[in-house]
Amino acid sequence: MSAQIDSSRPAKPPAWRDPNVTAMFFQVLVLSLVLYVIYTLINNTMMNLAARGIASGFDFLSTSSGFSISETLIEYDESSSYGRVFWVGLMNTLLVSFLGIMLATVLGFIMGVARLSSNWIVAKIAMIYVDTLRNIPLLLQLFFWYFAVLRPLPKPKAAIDWFDSIFLSNRGLYMPKPIFESGFGLIWAALIVAIIGIFFMRRWAKKRQEKTGEQFPVLLTSLGIIIGMPLLAAIITGFPMSWDFPELKGFNFKGGMVLTPEFCSLLFALSIYTSSFIAEIVRSGIMAVNKGQTEAAYALGLRPNLTTRLIIIPQALRVIIPPLTSQYLNLTKNSSLAAAIAYPDLVAVFAGTTLNQTGQAVEIMAMTLSVYLGLSLLISTLMNWYNARMALVER
Amino acid sequence: MKLIKLALATAITVTVASSAVAGPVLDKIKQKGFIQCGVSQGLPGFSNPSEDGTWSGLDVDFCRTVAAAIFGDASKVKYTPLSAKERFTALQSGEIDVLSRNTTWTETRDTSLGLNFTATTYYDGQGFMVRKDLGVKSALELNGASVCTNQGTTTELNMADYFRKNGMTYEPVVFEKADEVVAAYDAGRCDVYTTDKSGLAAQRTKLKKPTDHMVLPETISKEPLGPVVAQGDDELFDIVKWSIYATIEAEEMGLNSGNIAKILTNPSANPDQLRFVGKEGQLGQNLGLDAKWAYNIIREVGNYGEIFDRNIGPLELPRGINNLWSNGGIMYSPPLR
Repeated sequence: MSAQIDSSRPAKPPAWRDPNVTAMFFQVLVLSLVLYVIYTLINNTMMNLAARGIASGFDFLSTSSGFSISETLIEYDESSSYGRVFWVGLMNTLLVSFLGIMLATVLGFIMGVARLSSNWIVAKIAMIYVDTLRNIPLLLQLFFWYFAVLRPLPKPKAAIDWFDSIFLSNRGLYMPKPIFESGFGLIWAALIVAIIGIFFMRRWAKKRQEKTGEQFPVLLTSLGIIIGMPLLAAIITGFPMSWDFPELKGFNFKGGMVLTPEFCSLLFALSIYTSSFIAEIVRSGIMAVNKGQTEAAYALGLRPNLTTRLIIIPQALRVIIPPLTSQYLNLTKNSSLAAAIAYPDLVAVFAGTTLNQTGQAVEIMAMTLSVYLGLSLLISTLMNWYNARMALVER
Repeated sequence: MKLIKLALATAITVTVASSAVAGPVLDKIKQKGFIQCGVSQGLPGFSNPSEDGTWSGLDVDFCRTVAAAIFGDASKVKYTPLSAKERFTALQSGEIDVLSRNTTWTETRDTSLGLNFTATTYYDGQGFMVRKDLGVKSALELNGASVCTNQGTTTELNMADYFRKNGMTYEPVVFEKADEVVAAYDAGRCDVYTTDKSGLAAQRTKLKKPTDHMVLPETISKEPLGPVVAQGDDELFDIVKWSIYATIEAEEMGLNSGNIAKILTNPSANPDQLRFVGKEGQLGQNLGLDAKWAYNIIREVGNYGEIFDRNIGPLELPRGINNLWSNGGIMYSPPLR
């Protein structure tokens, strides 16, 4: 029986006419060509660098840098190595990108929703916001913020002060810095316990609602727990914390925490510029949700507030997330404009100063490129994971 | 490790690879009929574009000197404005032939970057500029100050050294372009502006009220500035070097753009002068140039004193150590013979 079926099949074609085999052959051919080109390029570079007497290799990363950096999240001074400069720059890039993404998302959502508002004034204001900011180049906005922030601010000696503890001058916003003393660990522990507690409480509340239909005031209870637990711990340990107040000494304020004009203007410019794009993405996402969904929700008796939160936004997110990912990538990459206004990000201190002091262009550019590639891949992986979670689940 | 190094090398391969095939830089210059000269993005006195796009300044004049030596025509130069950060890569990759951009001669740059420093055209030193109303009279009073400067220069290193040496702290505010440094300093973001003293004098002219500012007396570093060529073309290296020396030698011999023509027609001129204009000896031939190479330089561009007065004079900077050795300075040319 089976022999009969076999004989009815067409004969197997010769290898050179088998589409599977030829496809494989050409793929291998193209791949080896690409590899050969890459090999030649690299080989050529190495030979040229050697021929021109340009030092190469990564030894420079361990030599001391000899220059200072104004804002660092990790320990750094002039005797630190160029490798350390790399980390300082990377941390600064990550900080401004992370905060920028947060701020841009919040602003973008508000503006996006506002554009669809039934209130004429609110909608027009949002429209002007989006259309203006979207069409002005980021570098110009950066300069605008930087110099617009700086010019009106007074000199340190004439700083604006609040309660003699917060000072605003053209050197930045100086605030008291908390100093954690021994015993503070218990407060952190209480905070962690509170977060875990809230997690389980939410699960319990959701289960109960599914079973009995009764709602539990999750938000209020969570707030109570997250403030109450650490506060309790603080009372028990006797508030083991003191403040380091900024003080005017010589030219400038010493001590405390500072938000520099460079950091603030970079953060403002990046998040405001990106938020105008996010606003449009949010608007299109919301408009993509069928009006029937809203009508159905109203028919069920849901109030507008709950309709937006439970029906519209979750469906809109499916449309919003993929383009939102590109905006996050853009914001991260755009943070490299920092060098123009003296914020010490990776490009400024590593691909700028370090490159110039050592002249190791190939190595430094390659490291910098890999960082941005890595960050982009990381962001898109995270967002793809989130997207997969938000995708329509068929039951 | 080697594999990583190889993989990383791809980044700028294309530019380097394409220029490597061309052979000696001098051949390329002669073939195309002009020199490509890297200059600053605008520094009065050194290299500054005018409104109609013509460049002028001390650094620009030394580009013109080289063009006069090679082509007998000082106008055969094309300019590429470069930031401090871009300059060496531009020279290494062959984008420019000569870098004449207030660049400090240091050991590291000379040895590890594939560069050759030709000769010093301006002896400078780093200084500090402050607002007069700050009441500071010396750089030693700058403890805790915010200091604005340019990214990727020796300035950043000298400043760090100076403050460390004197047990002082400071806050660096470092910009990519000089114009942004000036704007931030003018807006009061920092107490101090530091760069080479010639640069301070030049940038001061761009401030809103130049008279409100003063340069402190201290000079904290040695900054010999001069043109740079890529390593590996000895002929070009020699030509640039001796073109510079020719301008210094001419000033010492009392030759200038006004009187040099007379030497050509004066058979009783002294032998140094006859050698200089190419009537005797074979200085030009040794360099692979026309016998009248030095004559052309002086006729077209002038001697060192003329170049200095024309460009640095308006900044009201004294000639100082940039005077001839015979006048108490350190400008000194090896003999042209």
